[in-house]
Amino acid sequence: MDAHASSSSRRRDAFVPRSLLLSEDDVRRAVRRMAHEVVERVRDTESLVVLGLQTGGVGFGELLAASLIDITSAEVCHGTLDVSFYRDDAAQRPFVASAVSRVPVDLNDRLVLLVDDVLFTGRTIRSALNALGDFGRPRAVQLAVMVDRGHRELPIRPDYVGKNLPTSLSEEIIATTECGWIGTRDDS
Amino acid sequence: MINSIRGRNLLTLNELSDTAILEVLDTAELFVEVNQRTIKKVPALKGRVVASLFFEESTRTRLSFETAAKRLSADVLSLAVASSSVKKGESLRDTIATIDALGIDAVVMRHQSSGAAHQVGGYVPHVRVINAGDGLHQHPTQGLLDVFTVRQVLAERAHAKGSETGKELFTGLRVLIVGDIRHSRVARSDIAAYTALGAEVRVAAPGTLLPASLEEWSVRVVDDFDEALEWADVVGVLRLQRERGTGSFVPSLAEFTETFGLTSERARRLRPHSIIMHPGPMNRGVEIDSAVADSPAAVIERQVSNGVPIRMAALYLTVTGTPEEKTS
Repeated sequence: MDAHASSSSRRRDAFVPRSLLLSEDDVRRAVRRMAHEVVERVRDTESLVVLGLQTGGVGFGELLAASLIDITSAEVCHGTLDVSFYRDDAAQRPFVASAVSRVPVDLNDRLVLLVDDVLFTGRTIRSALNALGDFGRPRAVQLAVMVDRGHRELPIRPDYVGKNLPTSLSEEIIATTECGWIGTRDDS
Repeated sequence: MINSIRGRNLLTLNELSDTAILEVLDTAELFVEVNQRTIKKVPALKGRVVASLFFEESTRTRLSFETAAKRLSADVLSLAVASSSVKKGESLRDTIATIDALGIDAVVMRHQSSGAAHQVGGYVPHVRVINAGDGLHQHPTQGLLDVFTVRQVLAERAHAKGSETGKELFTGLRVLIVGDIRHSRVARSDIAAYTALGAEVRVAAPGTLLPASLEEWSVRVVDDFDEALEWADVVGVLRLQRERGTGSFVPSLAEFTETFGLTSERARRLRPHSIIMHPGPMNRGVEIDSAVADSPAAVIERQVSNGVPIRMAALYLTVTGTPEEKTS
């Protein structure tokens, strides 16, 4: 959670919030619902590996894994994935030193569930799919996101969505495990 | 001072602020994880070309840089100087122009002349230059991997993550550098790195092996090496550089060992938590006893392993980054 907070701080410096999208309770309910959907669709949750994407997806990954453990009453393998070195736009993005990948098991034949905070262009997910290839060959990869704000630049679609939210390009979304805000960015 | 090496040449540690140094260390932490994977490769420098030009012999630095470049998916052009046109008398400028004409993004260079890397930076401003040791001047990545290794060891002891400790573990840390300070680019880079992070550095050497002027260095020369060993948290032993004529600066190797060698007997004076470092290659039995070099307090092999992530970080930041404005 520390990594999560520090990562957003740079973005938040320029963030001007307009309205609250999600309260902490909304977030918890949405994660809980997504966890039920995962169990419904996946069935053999023993093969599941939940990976939160650094840095915004880490908190949600942990929350989702905790819900899954609670629902199934069994251990669910979970970790984090950092895609900084796989990005096509690495040079333009600040990267966070504490954002380490922690993939606890060999991914061969596992079902990987990627978790992120906001799905936007899809480029992070593309990078994540490339990164996964270096950890093994999963049987399948699914994607859970807290907020889907549209504007995809790649053919990528989430399997589980906390909240669908059509946005304009000038808007900015911040989603943490405590709350979600919509606002604008002040670059001046 | 420079606050980030992103998009810049890495020629000396003297101009880097603590922020810039910490950025390299924190980036290297990420590459440590990459180096522990089964597939030790990320596509961060895919399609980029890194030329490795070693005008002076080297084992670990060269292998370490080339490994680092390959783990970042860069293509490596490696010039074997001994079998190149340099031997026919081609100038440095022409050699660089030739390599540049092939299309390169970075040059990693070691040269016997101080300032050679800086000069190359002037010839090819569009190429990132990383100094892998120039004469008696600097060896920046060695200085960086030394402070990285110290932070790693101290963080482990404190059960903390290195990147979370920032520079706090260096505050008041007592570092003793002993040996051929005069001819050592490692000493110059080490001193810059340790002092930037807030450590206190002292040096021990016979008068003939101290540089002509120590005034611009923020270090103290110790009077009594044995006493200083009891003071130090970190002891950095330097190699006696016989190829630079050190032999004529000391009466005999045996006398050097007697007065400034880290012998087993002397090592007993060290405090229990002290860390012993050596940049390699070691002259066992001259500046350091074999038994000391192989003791648990010595982190010499760890220095070598950390060379790869540090050099990955240096290549990644200099090649992919965009430079920030200089401050003060």
